[in-house]
Amino acid sequence: MSTIVMPEPDQSILDRSSEIIAALKEILPHDAVIFEKSETLAYECDALVAYRCSPLAVVLPRNTQEVSAIMKTCLRLGVPVVPRGSGTSLAGGALPTKDSIILGTNRLTKVLEIDTDNRFIKVQTGVTNLSVTGAVEGDGFFYAPDPSSQLACAIAGNIAMNSGGAHCLKYGVTTNNLMGVTMVLADGEIVEIGGAHLDALGYDLLGLICGSEGQLGIVTEAYLRILAKPEGARPVLIGYDDPRTAGTCVADIIKAGILPVAIEYMDRLTIVATDKFSGAGYPDVEALLIVEVEGSDEEIDYQLNKIIKIANKLNPAELRQSNSEEESALIWKGRKSAFGAVGQIADYICLDGTVPVSQLAYVLGEIGDLSKKYDLQVANVFHAGDGNMHPLILYNANDPVELEKAEHLGADILRTCVEVGGCLTGEHGVGIEKRELMTSQYSNEDMEMQMSVKDCFDPNWLLNPAKVYPLELSESRRQNLKMGAK
Amino acid sequence: MDKIFSPKDEAELAQIITKAKSDNISLRIKGGGTRQGLGNFIKTDAILSLKNISGISLYEPDALTLVAKAGTSIKEINKLLKKEGQRLGFDPMDHRAIYHSSGEPTIGAIIAANISGSRRIIAGGARDALIGVRFINGSGEIIKNGGRVMKNVTGLDLVKLMAGSFGTLGVLSEVSLKLLPIAQRELSLIINGQSLEKAISTMSKALGSPFEITGAAFLPNEKDEAKTCLRIEGFSSQVDYRLKKLSELLVKGEKIEILEGKLHEKLWQSIRDVKTFKNSKKPLWRLSIKPSDAPAISNQLSKITAADMIFDWAGGLIWAQLQDEDNAQADAVRHIIKQFGGHATLVRGSDELREVVDVFQPEQEMVAKLSSSIRQKFDPSGILNPNLMGNFGEK
Ligand SMILES: Cc1cc2nc3c(=O)[nH]c(=O)nc-3n(C[C@H](O)[C@H](O)[C@H](O)COP(=O)(O)OP(=O)(O)OC[C@H]3O[C@@H](n4cnc5c(N)ncnc54)[C@H](O)[C@@H]3O)c2cc1C
Repeated sequence: MSTIVMPEPDQSILDRSSEIIAALKEILPHDAVIFEKSETLAYECDALVAYRCSPLAVVLPRNTQEVSAIMKTCLRLGVPVVPRGSGTSLAGGALPTKDSIILGTNRLTKVLEIDTDNRFIKVQTGVTNLSVTGAVEGDGFFYAPDPSSQLACAIAGNIAMNSGGAHCLKYGVTTNNLMGVTMVLADGEIVEIGGAHLDALGYDLLGLICGSEGQLGIVTEAYLRILAKPEGARPVLIGYDDPRTAGTCVADIIKAGILPVAIEYMDRLTIVATDKFSGAGYPDVEALLIVEVEGSDEEIDYQLNKIIKIANKLNPAELRQSNSEEESALIWKGRKSAFGAVGQIADYICLDGTVPVSQLAYVLGEIGDLSKKYDLQVANVFHAGDGNMHPLILYNANDPVELEKAEHLGADILRTCVEVGGCLTGEHGVGIEKRELMTSQYSNEDMEMQMSVKDCFDPNWLLNPAKVYPLELSESRRQNLKMGAK
Repeated sequence: MDKIFSPKDEAELAQIITKAKSDNISLRIKGGGTRQGLGNFIKTDAILSLKNISGISLYEPDALTLVAKAGTSIKEINKLLKKEGQRLGFDPMDHRAIYHSSGEPTIGAIIAANISGSRRIIAGGARDALIGVRFINGSGEIIKNGGRVMKNVTGLDLVKLMAGSFGTLGVLSEVSLKLLPIAQRELSLIINGQSLEKAISTMSKALGSPFEITGAAFLPNEKDEAKTCLRIEGFSSQVDYRLKKLSELLVKGEKIEILEGKLHEKLWQSIRDVKTFKNSKKPLWRLSIKPSDAPAISNQLSKITAADMIFDWAGGLIWAQLQDEDNAQADAVRHIIKQFGGHATLVRGSDELREVVDVFQPEQEMVAKLSSSIRQKFDPSGILNPNLMGNFGEK
């Protein structure tokens, strides 16, 4: 049995399934409404695959107006709406319930405007992260936030989760690169916030919307900041026999005034797994760092020399520089395939707790102890420069008892992250996964304040209602919908 | 004399607000008092001063993070950071020059007003550096959001909401910030004699290059000559390299100047603090726009009155000083910005002018409705800086 529960579906909605589907068909082109079980299968879960459920229907609108019409209809009929991008959320953010419809962004894929003079691109939010960079690359620009899932994940999901990536130490996360949105509110009203200028007017609603996990509105269009591509980039690989020393190395680099674009960390378990999988040829060490800097060749040399000097002071077991594009690619190859590689050994739960950089070594130690206590392996691969850890808990998904054990271990690790001054999630979001753990980071007043903001945008809690906040806390609000519909 | 509350810690601050709510006493929130002219003209029953809630709670140079109480002065923070070769990446504007005010700016107020400087274009604004807050809402509850780590997506991001809410949603007691290293070396490349159109295109090219310009401003009338100013920084040899590359890219026979050291620092301080308009009390507007709209907007502004302007953020930020205390001129500014997009704030104006003109641009109706309902939730009795940001469309 697993520890995460979803609320019982509302029978009165299920009873009206055909009426609801008919109403949606009336306002949308025929191919935009999907309800056959065989076709909705693909929408039953996101990347938190241990949890799945078939939705009442899936709608795939092509523009903001259609989204508005859907929301009006769903509000009128009292049907919850779960927004979905590409379904790569690791937190169950896009998981539907039986009594909800999925609103997918799959067909919102237009690039609306590219303006390199003013350094922005305007897109419909169903475009993938990587294709945004693809659209401006030819002009020498790129879109900075680069989640490892960038080939698949949509800007919609990135905005909803405030996603980060390997390069956010230097460039920030989605919220720092988002200039404006068009959003449809739960009642179908369309609002535009921000735009081609900096700092939206009035309260920073843009900041609120980014990371709101589909609970405030459906984001249909976005202005994204694009940046000039650096002249070049090059990584160095540094291995240590002790995680603590690797932690010290990270701190020393940052303190020396160097701001690498990325500092990635891998532990032995990950190294072994990725090496087998990708043939990257990683050294046999306890802790491996990949540090990447950018600039012209000389600029890169200068920075890498400084980093190498710092690293050498701490007696690395291995220090590998790159002399060519191929060698650089090889250094990154293992890291980029790390998740897939670990997935080859076993099923895993990917955590996302973030800790102050000064606490990294301590928390790694604690994770080791907890891993022994629960008798489950944990692989660590993460963004070290900003303390965003990704412990991967290995377990057997076919064994419900082990899933529950893995979830308990995960909860203990996340509590440790919070205890040392960190947080439950650095970039994946709360979703259903960390919903009940919110109480370890926030008081009831803190969460009440947050939920009251949702009340302003979505008074009936129509949008993604059973996410982020502990079910018990959101219970009365989620009842609003039922009352309204009856 | 107004009544002044000066709580000594967060707990006392919460008590005062709880009591103010039950007694229905409205509060004007005050940090260092250097920016009391910013926002709509308001009258309150009392002043709530944060000056005693001050001090650095935590500084971790190797994590690039700082946690400080709201009343801590920027001066103290800058001094501490400098010792470790670090800085506030957003380099907030100091308003004392344009307001002729005295006192020491505080970090709480800078965050509350989301004040940034010329580095906004690359390093982000105050809202981007802010990673955690503690505040007291209008019901006297102590609320925290975010924390002290750079990446945090746990729950709704009230951190960003608090930045730029001017105290109308809650009184900040403590803020956590992400820092940046100070560059080894910096200098200015100044191109003389460009027209506004040319300068905008120069600055756009500079920002479209990989050389990480940290400032791009156009001063049309500096010592009778138009100056396009670019700030270049990095480690020492990198700065030489970038200067060379940028000169090749941007300079086409114009006269250039290169400033380093004191003169360079002074130049960028003056741009950040809008010192061009310091010796005056005339209305001063701040327009946040799409950079390439700057020439057209500037043109139209000049038709209203003899407007003096400087341009920061590669043209995306216009500071415009108008000639007269006249609300018709204010309407005209707002009319212009409506055609182009962006927003205009009346940063300096007499109490009388600010009594009749909305300092902040009124929001789209639906957005105003959202803002107003958020304020309702955070400060149900409307006791915190009432009307400072306007009434969000409600009469
Ligand atoms: C292998 C792998 C690697 C990953 N690496 C990273 C990483 O490096 N960094 C990182 O941050 N994340 C990473 N993720 C997590 C995930 O990719 C991100 O959270 C991503 O942003 C989700 O995008 P999506 O389009 O798949 O959204 P979905 O999973 O479909 O949805 C995510 C959330 O967005 C909401 N949503 C979707 N569309 C809208 C909309 N139009 N309006 C409002 N809300 C909406 C959903 O309701 C849901 O809550 C990884 C995931 C995988 C599987």
